[in-house]
Amino acid sequence: MGLDYENDGALHAKLIEDVLSQYPDKAAKRRKKHLSVAMSKDEATAEDKGLSECDVKSNIKSIPGVMTIRGCAYAGSKGVVWGPVKNMVHVSHGPVGCGQYSWSQRRNYYVGTTGIDTFVTMQFTSDFQEKDIVFGGDKKLEKIIDEIEDLFPLNGGISVQSECPIGLIGDDIEAVSRKKAKEHEKTIVPVRCEGFRGVSQSLGHHIANDAIRDWVFDKEDVKFESGPYDVNVVGDYNIGGDAWASRILLEEIGLRVVGNWSGDATLAEIERAPKAKLNLIHCYRSMNYICRHMEEKYGIPWMEYNFFGPSQIEASLRNIAKHFGPQIEEKTEKVIAKYRPLVDAVTAKYRPRLEGSTVMLYVGGLRPRHVITAYEDLGMVIVGTGYEFAHNDDYQRTGHYVKNGTLVYDDVTGYELEKFIEGIRPNLVGSGIKEKYPVQKMGIPFRQMHSWDYSGPYHGYDGFAIFARDMDLAINNPVWGLYRAPWKKIEDAPPTAVAAE
Amino acid sequence: MEKVTTMPQSAEKVLDHAPLFREPEYRQMLAEKKLNFECPHPDQIVTDQRELTKTWEYREKNLAREALVINPAKACQPLGAVFAAAGFERTMSFVHGSQGCVAYYRSHLSRHFKEPSSAVSSSMTEDAAVFGGLKNMVDGLANTYKLYDPNMIAVSTTCMAEVIGDDLRSFIENAKNEGSVPGDFDVPFAHTPAFVGSHVDGYDGMVKGVLEHFWKGSERSQVTGTLNIIPGFDGFCVGNNRELKRLLDLMGVTYTFIQDASDQFDTPSDGEYRMYDGGTKIADVKGALNAEATLSLQRYNTRKTLEYCDEVGQATASFHYPLGVQATDEFLMKVSAISGKEIPETIRMERGRLVDAMADSQSWLHGKKYAIYGDPDFVYAMARFVMETGGEPTHCLATNGTSAWEAEMKELLASSPFGQDAQVWAGKDLWAMRSLLFTEPVDLLIGNSYGKYLERDTGTPLIRLTFPIFDRHHHHRFALMGYQGGLRVLTTILDKIFDKLDRESSETGVTDYSYDLTR
Repeated sequence: MGLDYENDGALHAKLIEDVLSQYPDKAAKRRKKHLSVAMSKDEATAEDKGLSECDVKSNIKSIPGVMTIRGCAYAGSKGVVWGPVKNMVHVSHGPVGCGQYSWSQRRNYYVGTTGIDTFVTMQFTSDFQEKDIVFGGDKKLEKIIDEIEDLFPLNGGISVQSECPIGLIGDDIEAVSRKKAKEHEKTIVPVRCEGFRGVSQSLGHHIANDAIRDWVFDKEDVKFESGPYDVNVVGDYNIGGDAWASRILLEEIGLRVVGNWSGDATLAEIERAPKAKLNLIHCYRSMNYICRHMEEKYGIPWMEYNFFGPSQIEASLRNIAKHFGPQIEEKTEKVIAKYRPLVDAVTAKYRPRLEGSTVMLYVGGLRPRHVITAYEDLGMVIVGTGYEFAHNDDYQRTGHYVKNGTLVYDDVTGYELEKFIEGIRPNLVGSGIKEKYPVQKMGIPFRQMHSWDYSGPYHGYDGFAIFARDMDLAINNPVWGLYRAPWKKIEDAPPTAVAAE
Repeated sequence: MEKVTTMPQSAEKVLDHAPLFREPEYRQMLAEKKLNFECPHPDQIVTDQRELTKTWEYREKNLAREALVINPAKACQPLGAVFAAAGFERTMSFVHGSQGCVAYYRSHLSRHFKEPSSAVSSSMTEDAAVFGGLKNMVDGLANTYKLYDPNMIAVSTTCMAEVIGDDLRSFIENAKNEGSVPGDFDVPFAHTPAFVGSHVDGYDGMVKGVLEHFWKGSERSQVTGTLNIIPGFDGFCVGNNRELKRLLDLMGVTYTFIQDASDQFDTPSDGEYRMYDGGTKIADVKGALNAEATLSLQRYNTRKTLEYCDEVGQATASFHYPLGVQATDEFLMKVSAISGKEIPETIRMERGRLVDAMADSQSWLHGKKYAIYGDPDFVYAMARFVMETGGEPTHCLATNGTSAWEAEMKELLASSPFGQDAQVWAGKDLWAMRSLLFTEPVDLLIGNSYGKYLERDTGTPLIRLTFPIFDRHHHHRFALMGYQGGLRVLTTILDKIFDKLDRESSETGVTDYSYDLTR
């Protein structure tokens, strides 16, 4: 599995030194802990660094004033965990902005009649005004819930996604939710995901997970006949249809996906989750909390898997099948064999066009490690990677994926990322919308790896073909060759890949 | 049930989401998911509710909402402040408060302009909520100054900082005393609470903050005939500002464009990433104090700023996003009156060409009904231009429209026979617009990308002419203002009309009798 290569650790160490030299001392000291060069397991042990091969500090506060790429707890709850639950109305509770900027931006695909029985691509807000700040917003929230019930009677429930002011002005959204849930006989979930809580999106995921535990589980009498092969897919948000390209494989190997969290999910799929036999978790970072809870309370085991690229898909399918025994294992081998020709054809077509291309990643959740092998399946080389909001356990897991000498950056700042890109000059950068245009101005191909750059799915075998096509079209587009005006002598022309000062 | 075992995907013809999930394997899978696991409402109930939302009965309930806002057409103040700061030379936006907000503003602007958008946050968290964010300001300004080498740092606030009551003036002073930035370094600021007004007010606040910073305490010595132009929050600033400068240059006017983000949001690709490009120079902002007059291109974006210009002794005038014939006439005549420069013949020729185009196409435009939404000045401008073409602006909606705007709109509409049946909807949102379009349909909808949901639900063709436009590329690079801009707007509207007509008359042997070659 994967490619055998080593990265230029010495260059990367020098780049880290260079960027740190530009900070005021206090900030340099703090940023130093977030930047490192990955070393092999042997070296790590020899230097008594424990098992973590990507030894960076993580999940601590961003430094003010440096252009962190991180978001907030609200983004983690409304934007990631709750927003995709399709038959619920998610109220962005507070001023208008948060809901406006996150409206329809995460590409959580779903099927349903929007505005009637489905509400994902709508922006419901309490649009706080000064008087709501001064006098509190609980009365307004009550009225909002009544108006939702009146205008959207087919909603399956409501969640209240707190924005910053809610926790600061002392509103009691729990009391309002309890009262109104009783009155309307509906699930109403208050979520305390105010943006100032925690240091990034991450705490929002945790708070959203806890809200499922406290406000959804064991509330309804769930009537559902469970079967021996019932699984929940947890932490797949169906970006561009990822969860669908995954589900088709899980069904083919003989499993029954009784719930998908939370892309294309209905509330019913979440309520019945405790009846499944196994939780399959893709985005560990955003949903491990609820899996651990279900393990503890309902005895449901959980298992991480990775559906990016054929190497990981095969390994994951086999691992999942092993849990269910020979019958499923046999089917799984058939499925792997069935898709082998597709994988071979995709690889034969695209690998020669991508072989040896270097890639830098900076994303969130699971992707900074999970997509590495997918690139390597195409002969591409990962030279640097990092997370917006990882914890220590993510970096431990990353150690198993990255090669010696890989540049690792946690909560990277705009300045650092641009300087690293300038110094390394990779053939491709995979990151987000805020990073896309600066990188492209430098003449370096780019793919958004949060939204799949409006493409996808990238999960599963069907997704791998799209992934390969997209990386090819990004790197091999002729536009990158047009940057230099031909009448400018090479020595006068600005060199390619220049970061802003 | 036995699964289908075929495979839709292939290396020869890679199918991405749009075609892939229409393949039978996926359709079957999704149908079974719905049936077995989603606990859906019966189809008939969904259909009935869908039909109900098209009725007058639903409209009345919908428009009577008092608390819930659904699909609003406005954003919050700090977005406007960040946009405003981008219009000054080498200026970094520093937003004091929670950091997620800044990630949102940057993403929002980048998605529209397809350009980098730089801003930093003071990254306040729970401890700052308790103790205040002074430390974040002190450390943050030092880091921004060192790392991003700005000429100026423009500070605004998120609602978090506003709720806990952080005071920018004293915080910035403290930071300077602690050496975060040199004492004489320019750090203008504006308090921009998200729970007051909208992005247009944040724009107003920040521009005023910049002017105050540079003008306060300076002696004004009026230079007769010179003027300042303030464009307002404008997603089409790239095209519009350049067009306006071209017109002013043709007239030979001496002017300062205050807040010009046209280069910042349109940097070239040549291998160098320019974090800062263009923008009003600090020296020019200082000099602008001496102008005889300040003209605002968008009244509702600059109410406080113009008040301030008035206070310092300048003459002021404001417009509503001048586009089309008469609005451009008025703007140019005002410029001419102040500057003493005549409107040259070349511009009169341009005017004539716009009028010529409108005359050529008038039969396709006369009597067409429109719904228009967006920021107050934009809606005013579009309604006015639509009426110049013989169209009827049936619904005019601004979520951030005030009662003063409503009154002004009504006056405009009453001035033309084409505005007699028009209705003005101040403070309403796009879910209200959905009811309006079902109950009192129109031919065309003018707005931004969010309008695509209205187009899907009601079948009203959408024309994207205002911020934000996420799902079409590069429109903002072309001017809408001025006579040239009017041509662009006219052509865009006509294209939509002709495309629709062609689509409706393209069924072979059924409707294609009117699939005319010449129209």
